[in-house]
Amino acid sequence: MKNKVGIILNGLIKENPTFVLVLGMCPTLATTTSAINGIGMGLATAFVLIFSNMVISLIKNLVPDNVRIPSFIVVIATFVTILELVMQAYLPALHESLGLFIPLIVVNCIVLGRAEAFASKNSVLDSALDGIGMGLGFTFALGLLGMIRELLGAGTLFGLQIIPEDYGMLMFILAPGAFVSLAYLIAIVNRIRKVS
Amino acid sequence: MKKLESSFKNMVLVLGSISIVAAAALGWINELTSEPIRLAAIARQEKAIRMVSPEFDNQPVEEQFELIDYEGNSLICFPVKKEGKLLGVAIETFSMKGFNGEVRLMLGLKPDGSINNYEVLKQSETPGLGTQMTYWFKTDKNNQSILNKDPGKDKVWVDKDGGDIDAITAATITSRAFLDAVDRAYRAYMEHGGTVVDVVTTATIEEKEAQK
Amino acid sequence: MIYITIFIAAVFVNNIVLSQFLGICPFLGVSKKISTALGMSGGVAFVLTLSTLITWLIFRYLLEPFELAFLQTISFILVIAALVQLVEIIIKKISQPLYQALGVYLPLISTNCAILGVAILVIQKEYNLLESVVFAFSTAIGFGLALVLFAGIREQLSHTKIPKGMQGTPIALLVAGLLAMAFMGFSGIVKL
Repeated sequence: MKNKVGIILNGLIKENPTFVLVLGMCPTLATTTSAINGIGMGLATAFVLIFSNMVISLIKNLVPDNVRIPSFIVVIATFVTILELVMQAYLPALHESLGLFIPLIVVNCIVLGRAEAFASKNSVLDSALDGIGMGLGFTFALGLLGMIRELLGAGTLFGLQIIPEDYGMLMFILAPGAFVSLAYLIAIVNRIRKVS
Repeated sequence: MKKLESSFKNMVLVLGSISIVAAAALGWINELTSEPIRLAAIARQEKAIRMVSPEFDNQPVEEQFELIDYEGNSLICFPVKKEGKLLGVAIETFSMKGFNGEVRLMLGLKPDGSINNYEVLKQSETPGLGTQMTYWFKTDKNNQSILNKDPGKDKVWVDKDGGDIDAITAATITSRAFLDAVDRAYRAYMEHGGTVVDVVTTATIEEKEAQK
Repeated sequence: MIYITIFIAAVFVNNIVLSQFLGICPFLGVSKKISTALGMSGGVAFVLTLSTLITWLIFRYLLEPFELAFLQTISFILVIAALVQLVEIIIKKISQPLYQALGVYLPLISTNCAILGVAILVIQKEYNLLESVVFAFSTAIGFGLALVLFAGIREQLSHTKIPKGMQGTPIALLVAGLLAMAFMGFSGIVKL
């Protein structure tokens, strides 16, 4: 019987998908041009993670081994499409800024990875908690990266001007800045992990 | 943990049932969300129209009509009225000549074709340079504002090409694209002008032009 | 010539990895040696071009006419997954050495966001069939270019001394950032 809180904390810290497992890099780099976009993407992915984990855990004994991956993909793709439609209807602004990366949640290595590694081997409740933990970990990472890039690049945080725009370093909002910011974040996390 | 064995029959059965359930679930959600999606899209257009037009009380989205630009593309025109009187139009226009592709604007024109206001709907120009178009051409500084200019009388193109408008510093291509979108909408509107009627005076645009 | 424009844009100006952020996972994972980079690029080029062709046809002749556009994501990814399986089986039958070289990477290709990304992009951009295939192939070339350049640099890096905290992913990302900056120099060379 796994420690329930432990499962959540695992996804958040010990096996944080972005900083430790280094999975799901594409949306991490692409959608963190601002804090809100990063957090929005994280939460969207968390939604898919939690529900697909739960459904996959539910049907894990009904799925023959050889059709495992295609079946998981169908389940994940279904939730991604549900998310897409709901966002288009009720959150059109966020839908437009995240754009292509919403359907790309389907190929986010974190989602399929957790389905394989955890949900197909654990109870529905534990799988849901794992989804929550990983989802929160991902959201935290994306939010942090988004805040850094937004602050350094445009001087704003969640849209509020903190530093005058003229001091912004444009590069951080563009492609190179994404790579560089993430590089240093992971380096810092690596350092912290070695120390502790 | 007893799993179903991987016989061909089982595999097809399971994958098939999952797919059918998935398709059914999606079909249902699609039904549920199609109306809100349609309304959200209309709301976005109305918001843009509101930003570039004076206060109106009609339904511009429902009264939209088509304009044809100088390349044969179709632009959507939304008439804006108050108490039946035409206050102007909002035109969704674009240009593909941007530095990084498409630039899309909602341009608000007064009935005679002069520029009321604009809102940038979509662009992917260089951040910090071309992206300044969202406010540059509305700012009353030097000669950069296009507001209240009449493309029929004023030279609404960049100074480098002999026009009257100050381009964005170091973003001439973007500026040209922006003004191309404006010009496109203006010309399409004026060419169509014959059938846009001021409902109160019932004078057509051509007649009003002739009166000047 | 619009096809040349599409090609140059996809390879240099809007490079799929360095500017569109698609295909990062294999980019970081399979780029430690030039030979593996070439192998992966070859596999991606084949799958990308073929899958874009098929998904385009499915969208135009199956989904659109029957108002099933909402099934786009699910049908596309299933096609891609099936295609990758098929390619793996075929390569195994045709050429053992090729299978040995590419074999490990093939399953990875199905989760390459670039494949699904391009399939969706050509629909969004409303390209016709030929434009879509040219775009897909050019994107794969761009992917290969970025990957091989990256692998070359990383091979060199393996001979240098790097601070402990920066080893592995951080230095790779930093190099990618510099490459991205270099590629930004291409912007504006074609008018789309």
